[in-house]
Formats: sequence, structure tokens, C-alpha cells
Amino acid sequence: MKIFNRVYTFLVFLFLYAPIFVLLLFSFNSTTSTSVFAGFSLKWYNQILHDATAITALRNTVVLAVCSALLATVIGTAASVGIEKFRKGAFKTAVMSTTNIPMTNPEIVTGVSMMLLFVFIGRGILHTDSVLGFGTMLIAHVTFNLPYVILTVLPKLRQTDKNLAEAAQDLGCKPLNAFFKVVLPAIMPGVLTGLIMSFTLSLDDFIISYFTSGPGFQTLPIVIFSMTKKRVKPDMYALSAIIFVSILVLLIIYNIVQQKSEEKTNKKM
Amino acid sequence: MNRRSAVTSRIVSSPYIVWAALFIIAPLFFVVYYSFTDSAGGFTLLNIQTLPKYLPTFLRSIWFGIVATIICLIIAFPLAYFISQKSEKAQRTFVLLVMLPMWMSFLIRTYSWMALLQDTGIINSFLGKIGIDPIHMINTGGAVILGMVYNFLPYMILPIYSVMAKLDYSMVEACQDLGGNGFNVIRLCIIPMSIPGVVSGITMVFVPSVSTFYISQKLGGGSFDLIGDVIERQFQQSYNYNLGAALSLVLMVLIVISMAIMNHFSEGEGEMVI
Repeated sequence: MKIFNRVYTFLVFLFLYAPIFVLLLFSFNSTTSTSVFAGFSLKWYNQILHDATAITALRNTVVLAVCSALLATVIGTAASVGIEKFRKGAFKTAVMSTTNIPMTNPEIVTGVSMMLLFVFIGRGILHTDSVLGFGTMLIAHVTFNLPYVILTVLPKLRQTDKNLAEAAQDLGCKPLNAFFKVVLPAIMPGVLTGLIMSFTLSLDDFIISYFTSGPGFQTLPIVIFSMTKKRVKPDMYALSAIIFVSILVLLIIYNIVQQKSEEKTNKKM
Repeated sequence: MNRRSAVTSRIVSSPYIVWAALFIIAPLFFVVYYSFTDSAGGFTLLNIQTLPKYLPTFLRSIWFGIVATIICLIIAFPLAYFISQKSEKAQRTFVLLVMLPMWMSFLIRTYSWMALLQDTGIINSFLGKIGIDPIHMINTGGAVILGMVYNFLPYMILPIYSVMAKLDYSMVEACQDLGGNGFNVIRLCIIPMSIPGVVSGITMVFVPSVSTFYISQKLGGGSFDLIGDVIERQFQQSYNYNLGAALSLVLMVLIVISMAIMNHFSEGEGEMVI
């Protein structure tokens, strides 16, 4: 049984990682082939680091992810504070069901529906055919990030003691100060999780971006998509390998830091 | 609650409520609006009348989605169980390993499968070396389903695992004490208790599988059009937004119906367990 368990786990992970191994291996290929390995070379890494389109797209992706994550976190956290205080009723139910729509709707429908809105406004009100760009992508990304922020912050708000903020106010704190000094630190883990989730969702998003982006502002997934329409050279693999390794390193650091801080709190206790 | 805090709660949530009305609700309204108008903006039922032509595509999408979901469930359930049995530290590592591939562009990972599956690809050249004739894999329906299973498997593993990790093991022990053997413990105890995870896993795999368009283009070679492909073409190639909107509307309704069925089913299961 134990052997079966091990073999099974190994096979599933082999399946999950097979294309990634292939990709890492062929990013070092000395020819343009992505199926026959001819010899070791770093030329694709060199090439991609000098590819202006890829570098611009990478910069765009990061800018968009940072902006949309920050905006979604601020709007979403404020919204959660409000929603938590709403009395139970039709309005609260309506707000919560609306929040669930972007999470349950297929991404292609979300993307298409926003594109229709933008195109309609662009043609009808702004009289332009090129409304799609950074602005529309930012709106789209904030929209699909918001539910994740709200759904990670709301539970934390429910866990915090409501008397805390009131006590602070009784002690002479202004309501706004009470929020920043008492409530926000208590819900910070939820806010941070929402922020990080938004950031990674935005970095990785292709489908919704595909329908809301214009030629003027392209993110990495969009560039990758247009490149995979033709034959992919190993330079795209090299780029993905760089991103993959950076995320891996970030995750390992994050885990070590988390473990260290857990050990610290355990010692204190 | 006093009136002032009620006012405050309205104020702090108002940016979101305006945002949601403008960018969640209004876009859905535009899907309906475009479905029932022509390119000049006049009312028409033409888009809706064209839809039956796409019935085979819809049916294929649903069929592929169901098959991919079932395969994901079969693969994920034992794995989630095995992971939940490991030490806490090992569990964390395994969960990270399941999530890690999702941080790499799914476009590139899907493309990488092409290199594996091609007639002269990596798998076939390996088979050739051990004396097995090449198998034709790329551009088949099976390859498309494989792509779906590959891309969405983590969405099945994670919710099932998170339910199993929190399972009340005194129940499992009680089941064993009452004379249940290994198989019965799994069938009567662990499976019913992990239903909530299974249900959310099924929706999380089924929805993106039914609506995908990239996977079918790359691994199906264009001969296994799914509904996502048709919608994508209306918006990015033939610029027939109205027909695209009508197709999206049907897809949306389809998802709502299948989710309602799932919820109904899971509620029924929940009662059965109690």
C-alpha cells in the first residue's frame, strides 16, 4: 500500500511537471527545435534579455499587477469594512452575490462582457475605436481581483473583536484613527493575502486581458499568446524559465520567513 | 448599531458598490443588449436564431468538460488523501508543489505539451527507443482533454485536500472501531465527508474546461472546436460582436444551470450524510 501511495504520488507529480521539465531543458537548446535537444547553449537567455518587446511586456505586466493589486486591496478592504456592518437583508445579499459573479462566471464571459462595455462606451460616448489599453485593462484586473480581496478580508473582520474599535473611540480616538490603529493591524494578514493573491492573479491573467487589451499596451501573456500562434522558439521558454525560477525563489524565501516567524511566536509562548 | 456607523459603512463601501455596478453588472447587461441587436444597434433575433448551428460545438464542449472533470476527480481524490496523511511539514511542501505550476503561464505549459505529444515528439522518440511504434497523440480529442486535465488538475486537488486535512479523524477511528475495513472506511466515511471539497473541485474544473479556447487550438489542431474557440473568433477575427455576445449568453446560462444542478446535488448529499 505504501509503495502504491508513493508511486501514485510520483506519477501525478511527473504529469504536473513534465511540460515544465521539457521547457527548462529546451530553454538551453542550441538549435531552434523544441523537441530535439542538440546541445547546451545560453543563447536564448541572451536573446530574450535583449528582446525589446518581451522586456516592455514584462515591465507592463508588473506595472499593471502592482497598480491593480493596490487599487483592489484599498477598495476591497474599505468595502469589506462596510459590508461587515451592513444589516442582514436583501441589499447585503445582493452585494455578496454580485461579488461572486466574477469568480463563478467563465473568464471568457467576464472578458467579453467587459470588452462590450468598453467598446460601447468608446464608440458611443468617446467616439473612438481604440478605447482598449492600459486603462481598460486596469479596470478589468481590479474587477476580477476585488472578490478575492473581499473574501479574504471579510473573515478576518468577523474574527476581530468589535469592542476593540469602540474601546479605542471611548479612549478618545477619532473613528478613522481607531480604524488605522486598531482594526487594520488586526485584519492585516487578510489584507496582505488579498494583495498577494491579486498580484499573482493579475501577473498570470491571460483570458480577461486578451479581450480588454489594445495594441498600445501588451502584457507578457498577450505577447506569449501572439508568439505561440507562430512557431515558438526556445527564447519564450527561456523567458518562462526565468519567471518560474524567480517565483520559486520568492516562494522559498516566503516560506522560510514564515517558518522563522512561527518558531519565534512558539518560543514566546 | 447606531445610525452614524450605518452611514459610515455606506460611505466606505460605496466605491466598491459603484465599481461593481459599473464593471460587474453593467457588462452583463451589455452581453444581453448585444445578443438582441444587430451591428447598427437595431433589435433583432437573428443572433439567437443562428445559435442552433453551434449546437454540436456546445455538446462537444460539455462532453469534453465532463470527461476532463471526471478524470481530474479520479486522479485528484487519492492524491489529496495521500497528501492529507503526511506530516504537517510535508503537507505544506506538497501543497506548494501542486500550486507551483499554476504560476507559470498556462499558454507556455500547454505549448510545451505539443513538444511532448507530437508524432516526432519527446514521448514518441522515447517509445521508439524502447521499441514501441509511435502513437498519434497530437491533434486528437484525447490531447485536448489531456490539456484540460493537466491545466485544471490543481483546482481539483486543492479543495479536496483542504477538506480532507480538516477531517475529523475521530469519525474515521469510530468507523474502524465499528469493524470497517480499509475500503469501507474510505467508502462510508472519508468519501461522504469530503463531498464539499469534491463539489467545489468539480465546479472549479468544469467551468474553465467548458469555456477554454487556447487548449483546443493548440492540442486539437483546430479540428476540435470548442465553444470558447467560436466566441473568441467572433471577437478577435470576424468582429461579429453580436453573435459572440449571444454565444456568451448561452455559455453563461449553461454554467448557471450546471452550478444549480451541482448545488442541488451537494445539498442532497449533505442531508444524506446527516
